[in-house]
Amino acid sequence: MDFTIEVNNKKIEANKGETILTALNRNGIKVPTLCYMKDMFPTGSCRMCVVEVDGRKDLITACSEPVYEGMKIKTHSQRVIESRKMIVELLLSNHPDDCLYCERNRNCELQGLADLLNVNERRISGKKNNHKIDQSSSSIVRDQDKCILCGRCVRVCEEIEGVSAIDYINRGSKTVIGTAYNKGLNTSSCINCGQCIMVCPTGALHEKPHAPEIESALEDPEKTVVVQYAPAISVSIAEEFGLQAGKDMIGALNAALRKMGFNFVFDTSFTADLTIMEESAELIDRIQNGGKLPMLTSCCPAWVKYAEEFQMDMLENVSSCKSPQQMMGALIKSYFADKKEIDPKNIYSVSIMPCIAKKFEQQRDEMTHDGITDIDAVLTTRELVKMIRKYGIDLNNIEPEIADSPLGMRSSAGKMFGASGGVMEAAIRTAYYKLTGEELIHFRIPEVRGFEGRKEAKININGMELGVAVVSGLKNAAELMEEIRNGREDIHFIEVMACPGGCINGGGQIIGSDDEAVKARMMCLYDIDEKDSVKFSHKNPYILELYDKFLGVPLGHKSHELLHTSYQKREVML
Amino acid sequence: MMERAVENILGRYPNAKRENLIPILQEIQEREGYLSEGAIVKVGQRLKLPASKIFGVATFYNQFRFEPLGKYHIQVCRGTACHVLGSASVLEEIEKQLNVKAGKTTKDGLFSIEVVACIGACGLAPVISVNGEFHAKVTTDSIKEILDEYRNKAEEGEGHE
Ligand code: SF4
Ligand code: FES
Repeated sequence: MDFTIEVNNKKIEANKGETILTALNRNGIKVPTLCYMKDMFPTGSCRMCVVEVDGRKDLITACSEPVYEGMKIKTHSQRVIESRKMIVELLLSNHPDDCLYCERNRNCELQGLADLLNVNERRISGKKNNHKIDQSSSSIVRDQDKCILCGRCVRVCEEIEGVSAIDYINRGSKTVIGTAYNKGLNTSSCINCGQCIMVCPTGALHEKPHAPEIESALEDPEKTVVVQYAPAISVSIAEEFGLQAGKDMIGALNAALRKMGFNFVFDTSFTADLTIMEESAELIDRIQNGGKLPMLTSCCPAWVKYAEEFQMDMLENVSSCKSPQQMMGALIKSYFADKKEIDPKNIYSVSIMPCIAKKFEQQRDEMTHDGITDIDAVLTTRELVKMIRKYGIDLNNIEPEIADSPLGMRSSAGKMFGASGGVMEAAIRTAYYKLTGEELIHFRIPEVRGFEGRKEAKININGMELGVAVVSGLKNAAELMEEIRNGREDIHFIEVMACPGGCINGGGQIIGSDDEAVKARMMCLYDIDEKDSVKFSHKNPYILELYDKFLGVPLGHKSHELLHTSYQKREVML
Repeated sequence: MMERAVENILGRYPNAKRENLIPILQEIQEREGYLSEGAIVKVGQRLKLPASKIFGVATFYNQFRFEPLGKYHIQVCRGTACHVLGSASVLEEIEKQLNVKAGKTTKDGLFSIEVVACIGACGLAPVISVNGEFHAKVTTDSIKEILDEYRNKAEEGEGHE
């Protein structure tokens, strides 16, 4: 600690160069914020975080003001509180009064602030907003009437994802957040990552709901309703049911889904293993036969759309493998349908994803064959949690069950897809085996673990040095692509995820989870990997059986038909 | 055609940077009458700016239009003299009759409306100009006549070209 400052007549320690807010938070003093975003440059625009500083006439924004030795601050004087309260009242003056019907009821920052600051009457009434709700996107619903212009969505979209689909338009009281020419989000460059939803303080942004359709399918006697869940799901819901964040709820989840009426419960981690079989074969093929390198992963649909818009010259580098969700979708309506002798038309296939781009992926033209879509509906983690509650299921009091065989059996390598670096680690384990005939003894690859936006490693495989990189947050991906365009040749394989840290921090996850919770999810995935006996995708006996009885070999004819896809350049307004 | 014009304008800014954005947009609007999507995308590629950002900047200023001008471009003066003599209701009435807001163009492409600061004809207040022709002391009642006059002109096929 460099020096002390005085806060509410008590001395606290502070560091040179940090903001008032950082010093306060470290010392257990909370000041409300709105436009502030952790790890990003403060804009100081909402003024929710104001404090009194001795010697300064105006109130000062704590999020943007650096501390200095001997600074004297009041964080909760009457003047400060009145000022904060006034801001909230102004924000509410044109806000729709429909909290009860709002997606974010009870999880809304504006509601929280109104409560915190005791706003209990309407002193200011303004003209209510009256915008059209933008339903054009396959993944996102935008209700601008609820937007309070904090700008956090604009910032993640630009600074984390490098997309800038949206920005402030117009000025003064007419200011809104919108796309170029204020058109529907579907015609913009939006890649459906959903990170804007994750940072939205109100109900202005939320996912396109699929639950109603699924609930009807569950009632339909004609339909066999099948569900799969992504690797990150089971480690991302515990806190919503009062349990410790990051706890693996897999057994309870299987049981709950069956209670809700799903006829078969499958684990997307199984097709993550399958993806590894195909993708590692593709990588080796590219390396040995002079194919395009570096190869880029294709499991993240937000990244795939980003590549189709912003990195068109790299499309040949993107692996042709479908994502695990879509591989599972294709298998359910072929392999599984055959096995059970069910007409694929009567299968309703649901997936539960920590992601909203999966709702877009499911609707891509390439994912429908002869009028049958591989996946019929996609639920986010948030929608799942609501549905579990709605169906009256007590996750804390439920006998754990296992998923259905064979599409529910995974290795721990497949499970690791949920965290940034997991696909890479799983792929290296299998590629190593395929190239050397031996198992990787040191199966952990710590260089590709963790939350770093870019991770790189060199893996020695029988004298050959395989260069790998893992990026999350597409701004990081764009930077790496630029290096490659400029001649970097030491990297052969790149894993890309749109959401920082990977699917455990996906755009469909619980809103408002803190960093610790997200970290706990990652730790849980690695813990599962430590404890599981099958740590390699190529050792998953059900995967071997699938090849043996149905697919033939990786990259074989059947695989190409069912498990691989192609990409298209997209003309959108960039 | 538009592409060439925009290329030409951009060509005059060989080291174009962000700070050249506004002058470039102004030149394009001068030339084309408005900022088309295509033009914004082109400018964005050159300046390495996303379309949403350019649109955001452009909508911050009143001077930019995002639709082609109508065959008859109506400028409504909102200078002080006109304001005092009721230009606000004139504008409102024109918007109502044409069913578009200032800055926009009617669906049939016939009329577009623009709000301008003083056009230097305060003696005629409230004044509007249609393709450069001034109409003096406009009232909410006379607007229909003025608009009809141009509608008839259009039908007779004698546009402003
Ligand atoms: S979903 Fe992602 S790309 Fe689309 S607007 Fe939100 S942050 Fe931007
Ligand atoms: S949080 Fe500090 S100004 Fe918005």
